[in-house]
Amino acid sequence: MQISEGAVVARVVVDVMLKPEILDPQGQAIARKLPQMGYEGVVAVRQGKRFEVELEGPADDAALERVHKIAEALLANPVIENFEVRVL
Amino acid sequence: MDAARVGVITFPGSLDDRDAARAVRLAGAEPVMLWHADHDLQGVDAVVLPGGFSYGDYLRAGAIARFAPLMTELVSAAKAGLPVLGICNGFQVLCESHLLPGALLPNAGLHFVCRDQRLSIENADTAWTTEYRAGQEIVVPIKNRDGRYVADRETLRELADSGRIVARYLDLNPNGSQDDIAGICNEAGNVVGLMPHPEHAVESLTGPSTDGLGFFTSIVKRLVNA
Repeated sequence: MQISEGAVVARVVVDVMLKPEILDPQGQAIARKLPQMGYEGVVAVRQGKRFEVELEGPADDAALERVHKIAEALLANPVIENFEVRVL
Repeated sequence: MDAARVGVITFPGSLDDRDAARAVRLAGAEPVMLWHADHDLQGVDAVVLPGGFSYGDYLRAGAIARFAPLMTELVSAAKAGLPVLGICNGFQVLCESHLLPGALLPNAGLHFVCRDQRLSIENADTAWTTEYRAGQEIVVPIKNRDGRYVADRETLRELADSGRIVARYLDLNPNGSQDDIAGICNEAGNVVGLMPHPEHAVESLTGPSTDGLGFFTSIVKRLVNA
């Protein structure tokens, strides 16, 4: 995508995490490895996903609402995941 | 009368579409190959969503396939009563489409599991299971990475209470699925999702048994009697 100089480009981040009650074996595997690497004191790790969404225009309310809809429809599965939308 | 026509949808990354079509033919129906990018179910009497890795399982298994053009027609037809069987990746697509409740997550052991699996058929009244008896034990292959069935407690209770758990794993739960769930159906019983692969157990030459054929003969009998 060509972006002309001076164009307003907003970057919006969508963080997606498994709901707390859902088992995350990948996070558990990471947490189990840490003591072997010499890192003590970590009680748990949960793994999620981060999406960076670049917008044509500014991240105004309407644009954020659109990203929210995208997150709900595709980026996250609300059955198993929670998400947060924030402007970078 | 003409043979029943059972569609098999191919997505980019589908693997088991040809085996599903073969199972349909062995059961006595005419398989109709359907393409994900079309908007035409070609008037089929039932549909199989096959196993594989549609769209490379990018994002989540089944998440992108759910928005394939043909899924628009499939979702509304399924809601209107069209029999649909989703196997493995097809089950994942059905959950992502919200035609079935819950979701399928990476196996609890994080390994790809490929083995012959003993199952019990819990519900022999769905469109796809009438050729079995309730409680019947069968052996069919299972092969998946994202086969851990998850749903909230209320949904699990509702599935159990309404007899919508179609199959359960016996001996060993291969993927950490809640309540040993291997397959479920919608309220009407026309939409069934199954993680193991009955289409790979339809001939003694290539399968561990021919126990899987019943899913396909069930739908053929239903369509012929319709």
